[in-house]
Amino acid sequence: MQPKHGFGRAAALAALMVGSAPIALVAATPADTLVVADAIDDIVSIDPHEAFEFSGVDLNNNLYDTLIELDPTKPGELVPGLAESWAVADDGVTYTFKVKSGITFSSGNPVTAEDAAMSLRRVVKLNKTPAFILTQFGLTAENVDEMITFEGDTVTLKTDKAYAPSFVYNCLTAGVANIVDMRTVMANEVEGDMGNAWLKANSAGTGAYVLRSFKPNSGYVLEAREGHWRGDAKIKNIFMQHIPEGATQRLLLEKGDIDIARELTPTDIEGLTGNADITVQNDVGGQIYYLALNQKKPELANPKVQEAMRWAVDYAGMTDSILKGQWVVHQAFLPQGFLGALTETPYGLDIAKAKALLEESGVPLPLNVSLTVRNNPERLDIATSLQNTFAQAGINLVLDVGDGAQVLDKYRARQHDITIQTWGPDYPDPHTNASTFAMNPDNSDEAGATGYLAWRTAWEPGELHAMTEAAVVEKDTETRKAMYEDIQRRHRDGSAFVLMFQQARQDAMRANVTGFYAGGATDSASYWTVTK
Amino acid sequence: MTGLPAPSPQRRLLPVLGQIALGLGTLAITLLGLLLITFVIARIVPTDPVLSIVGERATPAQIAAIREKLGLDLPLWQQFLIYVRDAVQGDLGRSIRTGQSVTAEIARYFPATLELATLGTIFGTLVGVPAGVLAATRPGSIADQIVRVVGLMGYSMPVFWLGLIGLLVFYGQLDWVAGPGRLDPVYDMMMQFTLTSYTGMILVDAALNGAWDVFANAVSHIVLPAGLLGYVSMAYISRMTRSFMMNELGQEYITTARVKGMPEWRVIWVHAMKNVAVPLITVIALSYAYLLEGSVLTETIFAWPGLGSYITDALFAADMPAVLGGTVVVGVAFVTLNMASDILYRLVDPRARA
Repeated sequence: MQPKHGFGRAAALAALMVGSAPIALVAATPADTLVVADAIDDIVSIDPHEAFEFSGVDLNNNLYDTLIELDPTKPGELVPGLAESWAVADDGVTYTFKVKSGITFSSGNPVTAEDAAMSLRRVVKLNKTPAFILTQFGLTAENVDEMITFEGDTVTLKTDKAYAPSFVYNCLTAGVANIVDMRTVMANEVEGDMGNAWLKANSAGTGAYVLRSFKPNSGYVLEAREGHWRGDAKIKNIFMQHIPEGATQRLLLEKGDIDIARELTPTDIEGLTGNADITVQNDVGGQIYYLALNQKKPELANPKVQEAMRWAVDYAGMTDSILKGQWVVHQAFLPQGFLGALTETPYGLDIAKAKALLEESGVPLPLNVSLTVRNNPERLDIATSLQNTFAQAGINLVLDVGDGAQVLDKYRARQHDITIQTWGPDYPDPHTNASTFAMNPDNSDEAGATGYLAWRTAWEPGELHAMTEAAVVEKDTETRKAMYEDIQRRHRDGSAFVLMFQQARQDAMRANVTGFYAGGATDSASYWTVTK
Repeated sequence: MTGLPAPSPQRRLLPVLGQIALGLGTLAITLLGLLLITFVIARIVPTDPVLSIVGERATPAQIAAIREKLGLDLPLWQQFLIYVRDAVQGDLGRSIRTGQSVTAEIARYFPATLELATLGTIFGTLVGVPAGVLAATRPGSIADQIVRVVGLMGYSMPVFWLGLIGLLVFYGQLDWVAGPGRLDPVYDMMMQFTLTSYTGMILVDAALNGAWDVFANAVSHIVLPAGLLGYVSMAYISRMTRSFMMNELGQEYITTARVKGMPEWRVIWVHAMKNVAVPLITVIALSYAYLLEGSVLTETIFAWPGLGSYITDALFAADMPAVLGGTVVVGVAFVTLNMASDILYRLVDPRARA
């Protein structure tokens, strides 16, 4: 293969200094390689039972499989992964999964029910951050060997109570439930880490790709497996480059040096409009932008003040300008793509209404409160817009700016007045957001229940807590859906949260790239579907 | 008449050895002070590094377990002593964010910076010194004005802007150089999977492997960022050279040399340059050390996985072992270059050997 950029060009640059003529060469990525640019510095670990950041979960989606999966071509639909069938017993707590035969790991080892059971046990025993997705079914390091068992080609999972089966199945599609080659992983165990250190630089899965190299904050290379059970991936190599700067990604994409750019700003996307060589693919993401009003501050616990704030946000103004293409107006805690997600957006900017509500509230005006916000350009833009419209209504916001960790510390310590935050679902089931936005078992400071957003902002959800508990055990999926719709409407209109936007995602790619699936709000990126 | 005996090689070497010993002592004290200050700052910053590992969903029990594992529950002085003890043994700890050894991570990032900074400094010196001399020998001329303006631009224009414009023009429009990154994907994979890495510096490794196509591709990638950094250091070096040279050219020994009919090039490049070289070494060494810190903006724009972006990313994630490790490496680079310039200074200037 010829060098795309060779010494000739370097020499030509030197020649530029003395005014010689340039040499122009044509750029293109290799036909068998998909070159992707993204910011992947969020990755903490790529062990599938530890990875919990977007880029790491995206990567693992191509290296591993779960027993049940979300079909990339039919969002929200469950399809067989490594299990050919699954069922729940009449007792409502015993789930069985029949493992497909004839599938092998990248090592060549066959996939067995034992691998599947031991993998799920490993999640619970390692107890890394995403482990709660499985331990919420009552699994502990002590009981997991009895709760997850295997016999022949069948894995049995027992839960501590009868949850909604859709809840259990949805959780098993999350990245943390990926099945790993336990023989290989345990052969690389060091000091009882169950192969954790080894899996941070290697893969041992059944996915369409195998990890060839991973360099944190630099990139990774994947190689397609031959004879994969899903059918061979069309692209042989995936070459991920960590390129944090949007303008750089755009330039590379326009030149044809990358195939997909995943971290472009609205300005970059706008600049690409009209370029016949580039297509922009729109998708939604799972993140929700919201304001949390600390209920320890009496004025913010006043329902009229809360409602006034809902009418004092310039939702459309922001999504049409500073957030264009990146966020859409969304006023409920479940993102589009989730069971029970609401599409209605009843609130809009209405300063007169906000003013009237504030007058009715009886709080002394103007109301002076601080707005805790991360020093990130997008969030500062939102904060500035809020500052402007809130001031018109009679609320003076004083910006309290800090880095991500400082702001999070303050929020978790319940020391904010109002804070701008985002939240992304942990697994593709409505309970993930409902449990944190609408549940708070103990609102005391001593409880330290930082996992609940309601606790962080010192809000008592009242009847919504019990309603959410009921929804997670409802067996009929349609009824369950209606329950979440009801919970969200009540939450939207009467909680300490102002829900504003849902993430929109724009991936730009060369026009010859087709079949890339970014994952929507419930799934992750799939490279095995791509052709070019 | 008998002359004084010439100093033995040992006598000439001894002051240099003493200088090295002194330098090593300075290095140790400087690093200890550097570590202490960075360590204290890292600990008093009101951010919790544990949160960046476990994420915001973690339970208090998971947070406490990680805190204990990282030794963050120990008294500050004890944490510092443990850190220094390990650092002396070459163990800079584990990155909180990635869980990898900081020494191994720096060993991966530093060569990228070293390669870039070295080429930048070579470029800056090769262009900056003659430009400075030219400006000094023709003060007020058009050549002097050009050097001044070009130098001023190098000083005053933001490096990220220069970088982006450079990319747009030389890569985007003219297609003369390769884009961001150290290699094209094909060569990157070749470098990773089929060639042997000896130093982590791609130019050196590709040459040692005899992989000239990889070498050529690496050159086409590095030429623009190195040229950019070289331009910035050239601006500084040329201004300093001009100033030193003008000062020397006003000295009596220069007038004497000219009166004796010595060719002008010899007056400038041999006689004056001998004295200009002494302070110039320090200027170049400092400029090199500055580039070795890693230029965050250049690295970001050119997707160059260097030390600057490593330390910056670590800072944002409150990953203090990585920040401390990076700071130690920068500190070592600074002190080593200072020592090297002092030694060179002594070799060049006989008075300093006395």
